[in-house]
Amino acid sequence: MRFGVLQFPGSCDDLDALAAARRVGEAELIWHARRDLGGAEAIVVPGGFSYGDYLRAGAIARFAPAMEAVIEFARAGGLVLGICNGFQVLCEARLLPGALLGNVNLRFTSRQVRLEVLDTGTAFTGACTPGASLSIPAKHSWGRYYADEPTLDALEARGQVLLRYAPGENFNGSLRDIAGVRNERGNVFGLMPHPEHAVDELLGGSADGLRIFESMRLAAEGALA
Amino acid sequence: MRARVLIRPKAGILDPQGEAVQRALPALGFAGVSDVRVGRLVELDVEDPGQLESMCEKLLANPLVEDYEVVLEGSSGGG
Repeated sequence: MRFGVLQFPGSCDDLDALAAARRVGEAELIWHARRDLGGAEAIVVPGGFSYGDYLRAGAIARFAPAMEAVIEFARAGGLVLGICNGFQVLCEARLLPGALLGNVNLRFTSRQVRLEVLDTGTAFTGACTPGASLSIPAKHSWGRYYADEPTLDALEARGQVLLRYAPGENFNGSLRDIAGVRNERGNVFGLMPHPEHAVDELLGGSADGLRIFESMRLAAEGALA
Repeated sequence: MRARVLIRPKAGILDPQGEAVQRALPALGFAGVSDVRVGRLVELDVEDPGQLESMCEKLLANPLVEDYEVVLEGSSGGG
């Protein structure tokens, strides 16, 4: 199982995502100017400040040559995970519904958050324990998930909301406490908190983030088998 | 031709920046201020103003959450 981790100018969580992916499989970096994904079986669009976040977070990265390849890969059913800035990029690319707006507290906020997993039967949460929550860090200024009311209703009705901030944890003002959503097909998923920063209990006291990567490995290998 | 693109948060979308500005103004003695919204201004020279709409839809604004308005300045340099 081979992950590809995109790397834009301004990415800063690419190496942690690479290290996290390597705990469950093989992984390589994919520079933004490449037009191929090097045979990767799952893609991670990492956090950071791609292209300086100029104009809007993710607005310019969305047109990177590597992103054109990711869009094609996603349309063919490939697994794509977007973390933080990567989530913003996937929303800008319209691979995921909605948008990320400035935090209601108007501050860059970095803290551990507790997340409720709403569905453990998906390609991104299959390794999570039903009923358990995840403790992973979040760190961003633009993490307020927004979609219009009919879209939010549809997302909930179709089970596309996979992660919610637990009560008291929604510091950014995300509508309906949404922390992570998948696309309708179920092969693209984005979340604002950082599973790649919670892969070893030695750092931060939680390895819960590893479950997201492990879920993707299981899903990709199941699909290939 | 010089163009200005005014980009603002869509009506009904919470604008914490606008609220912060609205709270700051009375503290400075400016009374009677309400409904403050903070947006963005993009100024650009374009050869074909007909492309501006598509530029806004594709890159300059995010139509899911932002409204945009294109204002063209006279090519004679007026305004």
